Amino acid sequence: MAESDVFVPKPSLPPPSGSVGVAGWMRANLFAGPFNTALTLVALWLLVSGLVPLFDWAVLRGHFSGGDAQACRSGGACWLFVGERFRFFIYGFYPAGQVWRVNIVLAVTAAAIGALAWPRTPGKRFLVPAAIVGVPALTLALMHGGVFGLPVVATDQWSGLTLTLVLSVVGIVMALPFGIVLALGRRSKMMAVRTLCILFIEVWRGVPLISVLFMASVMLPLFLPEGVQFSKVLRAMIGIVMFESAYMAEVVRGGLQAIPRGQFEAAAALGLGYWRTMGLVVLPQALKLVIPGIVNTFIALFKDTTLVLIIGLFDVLATVHATIVDPAWPAIAIEGYLFAALVFWVFCFGMSRYSQALERKLHTGHKRN
Amino acid sequence: MSESAQPKPDVVIEIAAMNKWYGPFHVLKDISLRVRRGERIVVCGPSGSGKSTMIRCINRLEEHQSGDIVVDGVTLNEDLKNIEHVRREVGMVFQHFNLFPHLTVLENCCLAPMWVRKTPRAEAEAAAMTYLERVKIPDQALKYPGQLSGGQQQRVAIARSLCMNPRVMLFDEPTSALDPEMIKEVLDVMVELAEEGMTMLCVTHEMGFARKVADRVIFMDAGQIVEENEPEEFFSHPKSDRTRLFLSQILEH
Repeated sequence: MAESDVFVPKPSLPPPSGSVGVAGWMRANLFAGPFNTALTLVALWLLVSGLVPLFDWAVLRGHFSGGDAQACRSGGACWLFVGERFRFFIYGFYPAGQVWRVNIVLAVTAAAIGALAWPRTPGKRFLVPAAIVGVPALTLALMHGGVFGLPVVATDQWSGLTLTLVLSVVGIVMALPFGIVLALGRRSKMMAVRTLCILFIEVWRGVPLISVLFMASVMLPLFLPEGVQFSKVLRAMIGIVMFESAYMAEVVRGGLQAIPRGQFEAAAALGLGYWRTMGLVVLPQALKLVIPGIVNTFIALFKDTTLVLIIGLFDVLATVHATIVDPAWPAIAIEGYLFAALVFWVFCFGMSRYSQALERKLHTGHKRN
Repeated sequence: MSESAQPKPDVVIEIAAMNKWYGPFHVLKDISLRVRRGERIVVCGPSGSGKSTMIRCINRLEEHQSGDIVVDGVTLNEDLKNIEHVRREVGMVFQHFNLFPHLTVLENCCLAPMWVRKTPRAEAEAAAMTYLERVKIPDQALKYPGQLSGGQQQRVAIARSLCMNPRVMLFDEPTSALDPEMIKEVLDVMVELAEEGMTMLCVTHEMGFARKVADRVIFMDAGQIVEENEPEEFFSHPKSDRTRLFLSQILEH
């Protein structure tokens, strides 16, 4: 065959200059046409006019040291108040001498979450059940006491950020498995199971969390036999878990519905039964699809824990709220609420970033590498 | 049904007077079919004729309402044990591959052997690699299905079924969703499988494949088996008018 008959593709050329790099990015994203340019300038002006005074108040004129409210007389943010009350925000009414117990619990919980979130931790197969069983047991034993010669700290003394974290970690860890079971039940072929799950989901989802908490704290004791009582924190916890698992069930159901029938059929044709089809084929795909929805529910749950204020429990927001009426520190409401907002934002943003990293890691679609 | 109730040990699938309805719609009418060990059968017919539904009844992806289906000596009925037995012994390849996208090619192949047959991982992986070599894609074992072409995915699907060591393979239009360039690579694998003596039941429009490997060709229309013959006879001397019309429509261009 002659040389000229062989098909040779044309060589690839670099893209035209100005379409890549910083200049290319700015042209494409900030200054693409007059309307886009105007929007960019307006946004820039809004940012500057908002951030400059805030920076001036919070940092340049802010007070970070000094003994008491006198130091904050000159205006500007009074951060030393936050520093002064920091321990109260974190531990609330937990006895000062016993705070080391809370510290151990928080450290172990943080270490467990970190180890599970880190992709290269070895032995996760054993770590997951160990953490699910061990961390709550340790939390109860250490924080409540009464074992190993530790003095008992009643649960109504659990407060501050500690209480927020206990309620939300328990809520998150329990609501996901309950939600999955409810979602599977709602799609079950068995009439009785399906009806029960629909009933549960629709009842809990149709009631505001505030009324759930009221019921848990005021009405539940009426139905319990004489002498039987369990703590307000536990009741709030159960209420939160039930409420959020109903929401979680609907999120998971959305994922289950997105899995094509062919996946169920292929699993069935290979001889996998119901539970293996769900556990090995359907749920891993369905849960991955709804990670944004799951994390959305987690974030909502985390912020919903502030509602326990109305049944007399002191979460981190309630401790801030209680402090700013202190006559020794006039006019520090803004700093207090900003601090509370920052605490919530840090945790919620952390969850959001983790979920994005997880989505990227689990993406197996059409990525070639 | 016990083993002794099966009269001929070399019969793998026995369908007798099977009927199926979707609501009031009678999709399968009095289907009777016997498949012997090692037989290669091609099922063809116009769309909506019930050919896919028929082979999906054989591993109970669809339920039949009357008549008997006996696979590998086991009668298909409500009993979950029987259904699971049949599904272990019958492999199926789908039109749209239905690979599990969250697992690698190798994990796709090992999943059922490890969880259904309780094969140890190392053994399952070794077996999977030999089947992946047979379908000529051992080098893709660690990729995800989404990274492969349609033809490659379908070959993985065939390997995945073979990993369960099935007695019979069902093919439900395995090349209909493929680009023309990829049909041949899948058919080549199927021809090789047929030559190795695998019992196969294929719903397909690939008449070249039917001529080459089929022992029998079955033509279906309106939920019935219209005609059944050896490929030479079937293509050169179709008995019914309906078959002649169908063949003229798919062969003439």
